[in-house]
Amino acid sequence: MADLSLQGVSKRFGAIQAVDGLTLAITSGEFVILLGPSGAGKTTTLRLVAGLEQADRGSVHIGGRDVTHAAPALRDVAFVFQQYSLYPHLSVFDNLAFPLRSPLRPARAADVRRKVEEVARLLRIEDKLQSPATRLSGGQMQRVAIGRALVREPALYLMDEPLSSLDAKLRNDLRLELKRIQQDLGATMLYVTHDQMEALTMATRIGVLEQGRLVQVGTPQDVYEDPASTYVAARLGSPRINLIARALVPGVGAPGQTATIGVRAEHLRLYGAPAASARPAARVRRIERLGDRQLIHVQLAGAEQELVAAASGGSAFEPGTAVQLELVRPLWFDAVGQRIAA
Amino acid sequence: MAEIRVHRLRKEFADFTAVQDSTFTVRNGEFFCLLGPSGCGKTTTLRMIAGLELPTSGQIFLGDEDVTFKRASARDIAFVFQMFALYPHLNVRRNIAFPLVSQGMPRAQIAGRVEQAARVLRIGSLLDQPVSRLSSGDRQRVALGRAIVREPLAFLMDEPLGALDSEFREEMCLELRALHDRLGATTVYVTHDQLEAMAMADTIAVMNHGVVEQLGAPLEVYERPASVFVADFIGSPSMNFLPFDAALASGDHVVRVGSAPIEVPALREDIAARGLLCGVRPEHVRFSDRSALRAQVLGSEYLGTSRIVTLATADGVQLRAKVDVASRAARGDHVGLEFDAEAVSLFDRANGRALRTARDDRIPREGARHG
Repeated sequence: MADLSLQGVSKRFGAIQAVDGLTLAITSGEFVILLGPSGAGKTTTLRLVAGLEQADRGSVHIGGRDVTHAAPALRDVAFVFQQYSLYPHLSVFDNLAFPLRSPLRPARAADVRRKVEEVARLLRIEDKLQSPATRLSGGQMQRVAIGRALVREPALYLMDEPLSSLDAKLRNDLRLELKRIQQDLGATMLYVTHDQMEALTMATRIGVLEQGRLVQVGTPQDVYEDPASTYVAARLGSPRINLIARALVPGVGAPGQTATIGVRAEHLRLYGAPAASARPAARVRRIERLGDRQLIHVQLAGAEQELVAAASGGSAFEPGTAVQLELVRPLWFDAVGQRIAA
Repeated sequence: MAEIRVHRLRKEFADFTAVQDSTFTVRNGEFFCLLGPSGCGKTTTLRMIAGLELPTSGQIFLGDEDVTFKRASARDIAFVFQMFALYPHLNVRRNIAFPLVSQGMPRAQIAGRVEQAARVLRIGSLLDQPVSRLSSGDRQRVALGRAIVREPLAFLMDEPLGALDSEFREEMCLELRALHDRLGATTVYVTHDQLEAMAMADTIAVMNHGVVEQLGAPLEVYERPASVFVADFIGSPSMNFLPFDAALASGDHVVRVGSAPIEVPALREDIAARGLLCGVRPEHVRFSDRSALRAQVLGSEYLGTSRIVTLATADGVQLRAKVDVASRAARGDHVGLEFDAEAVSLFDRANGRALRTARDDRIPREGARHG
């Protein structure tokens, strides 16, 4: 396994600046996840590392070696794409063995067998090795696709939303499995997704991308609890963080230049309304009872905006109830959405 | 607006039965979700209501009218397919107006209807823009506009949010439900995503292998699943199941899983010796040093407000616990587990049926299995 370093990497496609001066250093054994919506530059970044795109500016180093202009095959990376692309006429075994039989890196048959069986065990598909690839379920096919990357022990794994085509249940299972495999192998991994849950649960560090720029890098807890901007705050957390114009909630102690106040649903407390209170007033609009928790949608007094409060278990509130709000651990943001230190 | 009644509906394709004797009523103004995995028959059911498939047997009523064999175009229903199916060469106004133009409605009336639909969807300012320049969210609103402009008796929607990013899907869920609250239109919505169903539906019909396994309000289905399938399908992460063998008598409130006693809601039926499952949701699992039920931590996932801990018991049963984010549990740790007794479900392992317990005392379970 090896380090990866991106220095001021940029890539433009026509009028679109897909990646803009991206600098990121990943240590050997780290699992770094780039998070952002479609069009933020996630996939382009991966393709630049893999050598499937050429950077306009900047450099890419893998294991201390400058590979900015090296051919993809010479970079020693394994790429897992979003859509599994297996060889339909081959068995699972032969699909997994394929990268080991490449003329660039020939391996002995016994080694191939040992390696394929080891990876199949890791991915829990050892009983499927003789099946034709087309006879598998979607989840099994995607595991084979991931397995094809794992047999190689490359310097670096690159994964482009490998779980997004799977159903929720399988995603839950594979998240933990992928993290376990990465830890057991000590693999260096650069992984991109728009799914905040994957980022929070698997990453050593998360890098948040906004229009080709890396706007914050940190541990999941750092990025969740200490977002650098409203953009980052809104990327993590479900339901999405409440962002409130300052004028709508006076008297919560916001510093001078605050324009927007962010408060996560679990940090918005509701109280039945006592007659006189300095707390912001609101009215319950709708309650989503999701089983493990409730999302209470309230409308701020004198405003259109609705806020969401999360409560576990039961709640005494019904639609129409007047409530007072308490903002626990509010986050302050300035007029351009940048975080203001409390 | 109207009620939709489906009576003993059945659909066979050659040797495959897609829908088996489904019976349910969608009440006037209700948001009704058909939920299940792919191949469960939910889309076939929806297509029969729309008139895009004819049933092998059974009946469909729209209001008081039997529409079972009426042509799709003769049913006053709007079907929302994949939401992006817009005419790319027309602007927003003409896309929304299209269904009315093809009905031959007078121009002045169309203009009023389109304005009103746009107001409801909050896209009034976009009416003169080409659809090719819209964001995916606005395209979706336009597609909805084309459905609501007709003011049909009911809306049928087939996984309309399926193609969207997770982040955006959540937002559209809220928006769709708010739209429903404004219009009060009877809606049948097909999805395989249990979170969408939990967030939006008044009533959920959980389907499996062509059969409606349970019909109920979201919380009802979540808290009192009628079968292992429903228990497993609803909730994320899903319910934990611990197998054990026992004979139980009405009134029993402790079961033994291995050597560990587990408190459960009092049984309301006698059960002859057989294989059973003890079902408990991740948020009802706690760590407790005193507990005889031991497990080893396989992994821990940070979720911001909570943490999902995956564990394995000595018998190799995998469990998940949803615990406070401050709880420390590292891979390899050994812990004891406790469950919230009143929240435990019990199932017959052979047929998947939920056993009757004190949890069912409040209200009888609605439409367990197919009715």
